[in-house]
Amino acid sequence: MEFDSSVEQNEVAFALLGDLRLKAEVIRVRGKRADLQVFESTEGLKEGDTVEFTGELLSVELGPGLLGRVYDGLQNPLNELAQQAGFFLKRGIYLEPLDKSSTWEFTPLVKAGDKVRAGDKLGSVPEGIFKHFIMLPFSFRGQWEVVRIASAGSYGLHESIAKVRDANGTEKEIAMTQKWPVKVPISCYREKLLPSQSITTQQRIIDTFFPVAQGGTFCTPGPFGAGKTVLQHAISQHAEADIVIIAACGERAGEVVEILREYPELIDPRTGQSLMSRSVIICNTSSMPVAAREASVYTAVTIAEYYRQMGLNCLLLADSTSRWAQALREMSGRLEEIPGEEAFPAYLESRIASFYERAGLVVLNDGTRGSVTIGGSVSPAGGNFEEPVTQATLKVVGAFLGLSRERSSARRFPAIHPLNSWSKYKSIVDAGKLAEARALLRRGNEVAQMMKVVGEEGTNMDDFVLYLKSEFLDFVYLQQNTFDKVDSATSRERQIYMFDKISSILQQKFVFDDKDQARRYFLELRLILTDMNYAPFKEEEFTLLERKMADKIRERAEKDA
Amino acid sequence: MRKVYHRILQIAGNVITVEAENVGYNDLAEVSSARNTSLAQVIRIQDGKVFLQVFAGSRGISTDDEVRFLGRPMKVSSSADLLGRVFTGSGEPRDGRPAIHDDLVSIGGPSVNPAKRIVPRNMIRTGIPMIDVFNTLVVSQKLPIFSVAGEPYNELLARIAMQAEVDVIILGGMGLKHDDYLTFRNTLEEHGALSRSVLFIHTASDPVVECLLVPDMCLAVAESYALQDKKVLVLLTDMTNFADALKEISITMEQIPSNRGYPGDLYSQLAARYEKAVDFDGAGSITILAVTTMPGDDVTHPIPDNTGYITEGQFYLRNGRIEPFGSLSRLKQQVNGKTRADHRAIMDTMIRFYSDFKETLEKQSMGFRMSSWDRKLLKFGKLFEEKMMDLSVNIPLEEALDQGWRILAECFDATESGIKSDLIARFWPKKDHSEKNG
Repeated sequence: MEFDSSVEQNEVAFALLGDLRLKAEVIRVRGKRADLQVFESTEGLKEGDTVEFTGELLSVELGPGLLGRVYDGLQNPLNELAQQAGFFLKRGIYLEPLDKSSTWEFTPLVKAGDKVRAGDKLGSVPEGIFKHFIMLPFSFRGQWEVVRIASAGSYGLHESIAKVRDANGTEKEIAMTQKWPVKVPISCYREKLLPSQSITTQQRIIDTFFPVAQGGTFCTPGPFGAGKTVLQHAISQHAEADIVIIAACGERAGEVVEILREYPELIDPRTGQSLMSRSVIICNTSSMPVAAREASVYTAVTIAEYYRQMGLNCLLLADSTSRWAQALREMSGRLEEIPGEEAFPAYLESRIASFYERAGLVVLNDGTRGSVTIGGSVSPAGGNFEEPVTQATLKVVGAFLGLSRERSSARRFPAIHPLNSWSKYKSIVDAGKLAEARALLRRGNEVAQMMKVVGEEGTNMDDFVLYLKSEFLDFVYLQQNTFDKVDSATSRERQIYMFDKISSILQQKFVFDDKDQARRYFLELRLILTDMNYAPFKEEEFTLLERKMADKIRERAEKDA
Repeated sequence: MRKVYHRILQIAGNVITVEAENVGYNDLAEVSSARNTSLAQVIRIQDGKVFLQVFAGSRGISTDDEVRFLGRPMKVSSSADLLGRVFTGSGEPRDGRPAIHDDLVSIGGPSVNPAKRIVPRNMIRTGIPMIDVFNTLVVSQKLPIFSVAGEPYNELLARIAMQAEVDVIILGGMGLKHDDYLTFRNTLEEHGALSRSVLFIHTASDPVVECLLVPDMCLAVAESYALQDKKVLVLLTDMTNFADALKEISITMEQIPSNRGYPGDLYSQLAARYEKAVDFDGAGSITILAVTTMPGDDVTHPIPDNTGYITEGQFYLRNGRIEPFGSLSRLKQQVNGKTRADHRAIMDTMIRFYSDFKETLEKQSMGFRMSSWDRKLLKFGKLFEEKMMDLSVNIPLEEALDQGWRILAECFDATESGIKSDLIARFWPKKDHSEKNG
């Protein structure tokens, strides 16, 4: 399109089609021509139609009332949209992201005369179980003096709660909400720290074998059907984070519906509140407009950063970053840019890197800490990890939880491959024992490969038992049933306890007469421990089974000399 | 007053270019040549030039043929009179009866607001144990059948359609052989299902562009029926032809191909169709079963690969059987916890043993001595293939589960099964019982 004043890269514009206003974003400027990506279907749009520029970058509104909401990639609230437009996502309808008429109980934290900087807390309002801090907007530069601050009481969302003045004497009114451009990281903090403490996801294979740190990043690539989404849902339900932001980006609508319908019913055992009250869902499913899909992950990460600024630990789960990358590819293709590998644009890697770099554990200006942890699933074409999106992601994440078709076909879930995956973060269990368990898995796999060639009779007894032990570890610890009430979540304490038990079984030397006996023995032992996984921790049934396990071990344990 | 244009600047593939004003994106036009009149759709507008995709193909169009813009996008009738009728991809009657023009709805409409969807919860019974027990089909699911040429995928599709309890069946044929179309129609007729079916058929001999319209036509009609509280089953065969038609058009339009010549938006294009599967909050539902033949039996080919990421699982049809590995119904967890207490246990255990059986088979073929465990697995595998996998087995779910227990009991001890103890106590067949059946 052509324009006659200045335009800004990534500025928002509206294309007028009759009564409809279609939101668009400037994605390229050349001479007097700007290329705009429209966030909706462009059916019916004609040459010569008018476009209005807004002078603003694509932004989200931040303020109390975000939690529990469901938005599309442009922060349109979907429930309200459904009330207004019915079954379908009609184009050209943009609603207020936050409830304008809501009022909040404000408590001031500063007094007139105080000096504040962007991101400093002016006051707080209660939002569910959280203290939602109202901060000096992140876009304010330099030092400001509080001229007036509202006294404690109830205020409307857009009512002014403070007035501030900068060194030049410019005065500004502050409301409870602020806008922030999604593609710019919020950087009102003192410093970024090295993530050290791990975030408990209650998934044994992750917490014990491939831990994720608070403020860290991880990715879960896998072919279709390997259980990426089930794993992400399990993490989002059980992870010990304050706030969970789910970005359903270019994936199935059905999966989002499960979250939308189930989360309000599910109770978070740690807070006693519904899961929904700690979640924000950004949902731009595969059939929704592609350009909004590109924006959706940024919308999500900006909201996560906003809550981080309040000293909370946020977990962002993006499913799937490949669809986001494909949106980049589609847009790049339309601009007729010179394609890179597999027609992805050349800037794919830097975009992925800068997205994951928005994660982190930070010390805020007032000394408190907050974090954003990012987990992205990747859907590599053909399940081949050599493709550009997976490779670009692997370079920048701290943990790689590779899902394998081999394991998912054998119904071994979660299908995270114990040999290919890695994590740079520290586990919750003893490092020495963990290393031994890993070595055992590797050796067990070697023996299994060897057995395929030389057969069971060609394998000596020690190797065979080693193989059985690695299978045993796989079945009773690595595999976890997401659909069982008890087994779906294993607390940190239980993991440490059980890993210790299992580790000692793995260390134990056993005496067997023949291989059939050995196999039978481990099958029986496995049954006891599987039953244990389904029993509530340290309750009667669990203790009973634990005793049974001890007896079973004694049955075949090599007697000490 | 609509203007008529007489100067066609360019004809490339099935795309023609004219210089025109005041034309909207996706608008329709009529192209009249000496031989026939065909509809065409605007697919690009650039610097005063309008690119049109001609439904009947560009063969025989001359540069001075007439192009008349209709000023509206493609629409299809959604009236109840459609039932029992057969149409072409562009919505013309194929059965020699009059055309229907009432209750027109746009095709390729906006997607459903996720907030208006509900979690699927009803299974569709098919009488095929490999589906009912292992990969339960669920109302509102979108599921492809991955297969290769020569497999009986159309028969399977027809059989599921006949057994499924739905209000309306909509069949979309893309690049269908004429014989196959007739077989479908006859099957529907024989089972008295034609009167609740609508067929949109593009045969291999029809213009390629019409193939592109078939899914949209089917789904637009399905959507309007579903909004009238109907349970609709949409059958699409074969989506590979649809994807190939997309490829053809995008190459003609000189778009940069991404993978093996397919356009970069193949995923979004397929998703826009498959995502029409829905269970409305307060109205009916759409279930989509689609055939995707895998070129070269390669699941990593862009078509099956992108499909697999979109759909809620897939059935692999190979050697006339639904493969237990790779086949997956993502929605089965929504329903198989409510059928019978042993459903999930039987499903998991039998698949695990079958996987072990395959390994043993490999060992056997390499000439290794079979241990007693191996022999048990071999016996299991044989029974499983005969009594569960064979497509001729046609029994309700409950019977299939009982069958599963019998097979397990015939081959293994209860402890070897690895099933939770309480289920063993409840369902494991008693000794004399298993001998009777063995």
